[in-house]
Amino acid sequence: MTARDSHLHRLEAESIHIMREVVAQCARPVMLYSIGKDSSVMLHLARKAFAPGPLPFPLLHIDTTWKFREMIAFRDRTAEELGVELLVHTNQDGLAAGINPFDHGSRNYTDVMKTQALRQALDRGRFDAAFGGARRDEERSRAKERIFSFRDRHHRWDPKNQRPELWSLYNARVHPGESMRVFPLSNWTELDVWLYVWREEIPIVPLYHAAPRPVVDRDGVLVMVDDDRFRFAPGEEAEERWVRFRTLGCYPLSGAVESRATTLPEIIQEMLLATRSEREGRVIDHDQSGSMEEKKREGYF
Amino acid sequence: MAHQSPLIATDVEAYLAEHEHKDLLRVLTCGSVDDGKSTLIGRLLHDTNLIYEDQLAALTADSVTSGTTGDRPDLALLMDGLKAEREQGITIDVAYRYFSTSRRTFVLADAPGHEQYTRNMVTGASTCQLAVILVDASRGVLDQTRRHSTIASLLGIRHVVVAVNKMDLVDYSRERFEQIRDEYLRFAEDLEIGEPYLLPISALEGDNVVTSSAVMDWFDGPPLLTHLETVDAGVDASATGLRFPVQLVRRPDRRFRGFAGTVASGTVAVGDRVVALPSGVATTVARIVTADGDLHAAHAGEAVTLTLDDEVDVSRGDLLVAADDRPHRAHDLDAVVVWMSSQPAEPGRQLLLQSVNGLSNASLRTIRHRVDVTTLAPVPAASLSLNDIARCTITAERELLFDAYRDNPVTGSFILVDRLTNVTVGAGMVVGPASRWDEEPSGAMQHHPSEVTADERRARLGQRPATILLTGMTGAGKSTLALALERRLFDLGRTLLRLDGEELRLGLSRDLGFSLEERSESLRRAAEIARLANQQGLIVVVAVQAPQGEVRERIRELVGTDRFVEVHLDAADEVRRARDPNGLYRAADRGELADIPGVTVTYEVPVNADLRLDTGAATVAACVDAIVALLGERGVLGDG
Repeated sequence: MTARDSHLHRLEAESIHIMREVVAQCARPVMLYSIGKDSSVMLHLARKAFAPGPLPFPLLHIDTTWKFREMIAFRDRTAEELGVELLVHTNQDGLAAGINPFDHGSRNYTDVMKTQALRQALDRGRFDAAFGGARRDEERSRAKERIFSFRDRHHRWDPKNQRPELWSLYNARVHPGESMRVFPLSNWTELDVWLYVWREEIPIVPLYHAAPRPVVDRDGVLVMVDDDRFRFAPGEEAEERWVRFRTLGCYPLSGAVESRATTLPEIIQEMLLATRSEREGRVIDHDQSGSMEEKKREGYF
Repeated sequence: MAHQSPLIATDVEAYLAEHEHKDLLRVLTCGSVDDGKSTLIGRLLHDTNLIYEDQLAALTADSVTSGTTGDRPDLALLMDGLKAEREQGITIDVAYRYFSTSRRTFVLADAPGHEQYTRNMVTGASTCQLAVILVDASRGVLDQTRRHSTIASLLGIRHVVVAVNKMDLVDYSRERFEQIRDEYLRFAEDLEIGEPYLLPISALEGDNVVTSSAVMDWFDGPPLLTHLETVDAGVDASATGLRFPVQLVRRPDRRFRGFAGTVASGTVAVGDRVVALPSGVATTVARIVTADGDLHAAHAGEAVTLTLDDEVDVSRGDLLVAADDRPHRAHDLDAVVVWMSSQPAEPGRQLLLQSVNGLSNASLRTIRHRVDVTTLAPVPAASLSLNDIARCTITAERELLFDAYRDNPVTGSFILVDRLTNVTVGAGMVVGPASRWDEEPSGAMQHHPSEVTADERRARLGQRPATILLTGMTGAGKSTLALALERRLFDLGRTLLRLDGEELRLGLSRDLGFSLEERSESLRRAAEIARLANQQGLIVVVAVQAPQGEVRERIRELVGTDRFVEVHLDAADEVRRARDPNGLYRAADRGELADIPGVTVTYEVPVNADLRLDTGAATVAACVDAIVALLGERGVLGDG
């Protein structure tokens, strides 16, 4: 077997093909940029797909205002260093209403500051295609989603009414107001993503690496105290522990894991030896069985 | 998820280096819940330690409420995706699963077994190299088994594993397994699925899934996982040379003009001569650009950007191909179509066709027949319904570039999109260019046989009817000889009709261009006229290039072998070029025209010609003499 037969090489070629197809077929694509490792890989692949030219679409970040500070710094640095156009959108109505993850529950908060914010941004930009970094191995409902996933005028996904997707012939045709969500990393696994980050030396947010950080322990979920908006429960106080994050999002909703893994191979080693799946660290998935599927129907990424 | 290699704990970098170089096998699993397919996949993941603790915990909890295995975790529940499906207890769409072992990484496309979901299986199969078909040992080979095998065969899957499951229910009987095996192999003889691998398993108990069965020691083949890890399923199974469909033209600045795409088959290297289609212009590959530096060569499956030595007009949907191995080009496709919409389609239905050529307006012209996916038998059909698989003719507004699906699944496949809703309503696999020669007349037309008999005509005209085909490349002297032959036969008192290819194009065939497909159609029209004229007792002289042997055979069939005289006119290249009656050689040298037989496309030299004349060496009169002599021998001129 030669290097070009390796699964990573195949996955890379498939992702590049998908991205080029979107640019060929769609009038106004945009790339959702969540600042996580999957977004980093997706951005890296996009730069490969269109080299030696610039990215033919902007990045869009939905800023809930509750992201880790290190994420925002990384985002701005990445956009500047790579010279890519970065759009940042926050749901101003939600912000004005003071919607936050402490008072309104993860479900309401996510709906207003993420799902609705995303819809606003896509509508305002009149984007007919949005790239997302989701992978099919992440969650059960995603295992069945198309690579080119149709959204109606209300950004809804109908799992019972998906377009058949055959060979590498992707049908991205939509009417005005409708759109495509496109997932170039659909066939990547978590290990593939990490391996690729390592092999290609792709920059990622330092929060993925273990370091002493201030956290509170809530029934086994380690929540980081990232700024002074943090609400301590009575008797609660931050303690410094060696932790890292397997997934990144809004800091009050992201659970850390205790770790001493500071290098990529060590992180990958821990991941491989882990006995719990990746999304477990995300608070929103626990609300109820099948909850991700419901969010996706409503337009969540 | 990854398997538990001891290397992970001891030397993770070594493990990663090993993992990085594993290849990828895409596997389709087909069968229904009743066959234990979900249990099998769950078993594969479970026994290779690929299930996380939290997933297993959720599974154990779910098993109590909706499981079917009592106090054991119901592995089948792992595979069900969407909430609605979990409640219904059936899988209704294609789900993808990922796992790796120490040898390979795998993508499993899990396709449902229910009869009405052919479209899902076709969807899953379209990206897979290998299919695992489940058979319930207690029920044997069912219609469903045949259906899955047929679809795998149609979709070009050449590696099939038949897992005879639930052996625990038949006391692990060797006799039962062999009975099923023999029945399956008899059925599979008519399919194109290579040599299927049949093995007895029990997904529930784990026999022959990951490890060899202790109970079934009479079976000495490898267990399922070992087979999947070791089977040689090459990535580029296509039979065609270079095909590089241009996906996107990139011109970030005035100096760089690159053609981005994925190599569909073959290899492209710097310095290779390639031909851009449809323009037909030849050029040389200057660079193979990637973000990681230029390559010397790129192979099937690789996504690259090519630059060319010349300023060639190439856009999305065009193909760069090997100069000596070209795809078909035609408007009409003969294809196997899978209909995927609940709204039926009838001939005349307007659609969009999407292929590596991009989009084209198209229509469903004819439904030749439906295919019974259980028996492969053709069944008459007036329309296409959901999940129908049918042999159809599709007509595209644009001339398409394509290969037969069996030769190249990338350039031989297409999808059909509804023009109003934009929904994908069908998928197609090209058999070849559709020939209008095969088309059935529409409606209730009938022949009106003449009351004048052939004998009466022969007596009146003093001749036997015949069609003399003068075939040859441009400049071979066809028109000149046809005129001289007409004069001579007329002077001999014969009644005849002369058809000249060029004259046909001034009238009868003025709607046609010069592609092989359109030449074929022009010849069909000429042949139909010749047949009618022969029926009226006339001798017909047809002067046309007729570059394709297959088309000349068609003419022979249509007018009848006993009436057909094929004369091949040949002349040396320099003679033809010097004559160059229409300036075609000069135009081709300037790169202006495509599709000139003998210049840019092949002229297939007749192998069974009744007469071969070198018009460069012999005079026109001598050539006419030879033809007249032959006609005399055949009794055409009335002496017989």
